[in-house]
Amino acid sequence: MIMRTSFLTSVRCLGLTLAIGAAAALAVTGSAQAQLRVEISGVGANQIPIAIAAFADESIAPQQVSTIIKADLLRSGFFKIIDVTSPMSETSAINYGDWKARGADALVVGSVQRLADGRFDVRYKLLDTVKSAQLSALAQAAAPQLTRVSAHKIADDIYQKLIGARGVFATRIAYVTKAGREYRLEIADADGEGTQVALRSNEPIISPAWSPDGTKVAYVSFEAKKPVVYVQDLVTKQRTVVANYKGSNSAPSWSPDGSKLAVALSRDGLTQVYAVNVDGSNLRRLTNTNGIDTEPQFSADGQSIYFTSDRSGGPQIYKMSATGGDAQRVTFGGSYNISPRVAPDGKTLAFISRRDGRFQLFVLDLGNGQELRLSDTAKDESPSFSPNGKYIMYATESSGRRGALAVVSVDGRVRHSLSTQAGDVREPTWGPFMK
Amino acid sequence: MRISTTPALILSSALLLAACSSTKLDESKAPIEDRSATTGQPAAADPRSVSTVTAGTMDPLNDPKGVLARRSIYFDYDSYIVKEEFNPVVDAHSKFLNSNKGRKVIIQGNTDDRGGREYNLALGQKRAEAVRKSMALLGVPESQMEAVSLGKEKPKATGSDEAAYAENRRTDIVY
Repeated sequence: MIMRTSFLTSVRCLGLTLAIGAAAALAVTGSAQAQLRVEISGVGANQIPIAIAAFADESIAPQQVSTIIKADLLRSGFFKIIDVTSPMSETSAINYGDWKARGADALVVGSVQRLADGRFDVRYKLLDTVKSAQLSALAQAAAPQLTRVSAHKIADDIYQKLIGARGVFATRIAYVTKAGREYRLEIADADGEGTQVALRSNEPIISPAWSPDGTKVAYVSFEAKKPVVYVQDLVTKQRTVVANYKGSNSAPSWSPDGSKLAVALSRDGLTQVYAVNVDGSNLRRLTNTNGIDTEPQFSADGQSIYFTSDRSGGPQIYKMSATGGDAQRVTFGGSYNISPRVAPDGKTLAFISRRDGRFQLFVLDLGNGQELRLSDTAKDESPSFSPNGKYIMYATESSGRRGALAVVSVDGRVRHSLSTQAGDVREPTWGPFMK
Repeated sequence: MRISTTPALILSSALLLAACSSTKLDESKAPIEDRSATTGQPAAADPRSVSTVTAGTMDPLNDPKGVLARRSIYFDYDSYIVKEEFNPVVDAHSKFLNSNKGRKVIIQGNTDDRGGREYNLALGQKRAEAVRKSMALLGVPESQMEAVSLGKEKPKATGSDEAAYAENRRTDIVY
């Protein structure tokens, strides 16, 4: 009797220990604010020397506008920043000859003003010192918490005027962090700043995917003790179960028009590719093999779906019509190729390939079949293109064993990494251009 | 698994719980002076109390010595075939489910942490599906089973050596 009584007591003690453990874990994760840290390595071939002056009165805003612009342009790899210590506003008199003499091809000046309604008016001018002419100007009035976005939009404008392609500094990224027992789906600016938590869970979250309009994220959550596909409206918090069939539900990918998702389901046995409307209706099966078909990805024009299949033995990437049917094999190098992502122009495929036991980021030119290895790490996962097609973000390992995010230009020249102090960061996905 | 089924055994056994509570009552009621009189015998203050014994209610699932206590099926590297040594486990759970139509299982497939998350999820499904098919062949109806995958997301062993990988190449039968 005494034996059994003490056993019951010890069970109760165990319960208490677990509760204390959970509380401690909560305290740790609560205090660890997951701000991403950026490290830059490698630069572009031709860098444009650009002088960026401190904006007049920029210290009145919550963030230093010129500092954000400088960091954005530096990270892109296409610019050499020439520091200017004294502030210059868009109305300051410019001596173009002086700036040319300092080696600057372009000059950025601007100002910040507080408006009566509490918003900040951020004005800027981009000047061409070689031609002694104004290249661009913007005036944006935005709420204080959007000062960062105003700065990113100026960086986007500079990038577009000087590089000739749309900038991605004002876009956002989604990724998953794991700290202790807690998983979080986080949304941040493309530079890793301005982190916001979209979902917290004690069960894994994988495969986030942005809706084409950037207001929703589809993902796989294990909160029901099995993988289920949800769509979450980031603004309203409203969640919709898109696929919760018997077995596993995973790998959501949006059609470019935002009306449907391709998913991987095991409801009929092994994992196969299906399409489903965003509200969960009209499920139809797209692949029909007795092996694995998963990781569907719509092409930019919505006409095709790329996916991973083991129909030839090991996993390889295939392409089929968005309505299903026959598939053509796309990857041939190596025996393990997974996680296809198509560039916005449809010409390049990013994927992860296992070579000599290392899982590495590759790109394949879909026109001529040339492949290029873009990393020298060993545990790369989940690549995603920037919406301008110039960069690929992917998960990898930082110097320790923790997950980190890396960004590389599609030519492999420009690199930077984003890591958090606390825990793992994984499953990055780059969001679309937003209005 | 074994550690957690043992307290479950204690808690779910009506017999043992009844015995425990009656002991506590007895102890609290037992007058101190009576102890010397019983000379070390367990106190039984109320000779008219009756404790019920119900025969044969022990859930065989909770027998730590039974084959049903084995809930894991391990797989070889890059393999999705249930090895012969695990046939007794699959047989036992199939028999139990066939004779207990009210019980259901989730069959969870797992993989080691090498490779992509989604592809591993599909590989884990393949391992869960192998066990589900074996049980279906033994007559277990679909309504009592669900094969799902946890891929590489819920590793039981967290190391990066062969021992950890082997531990994670596993399907669990969960009631």
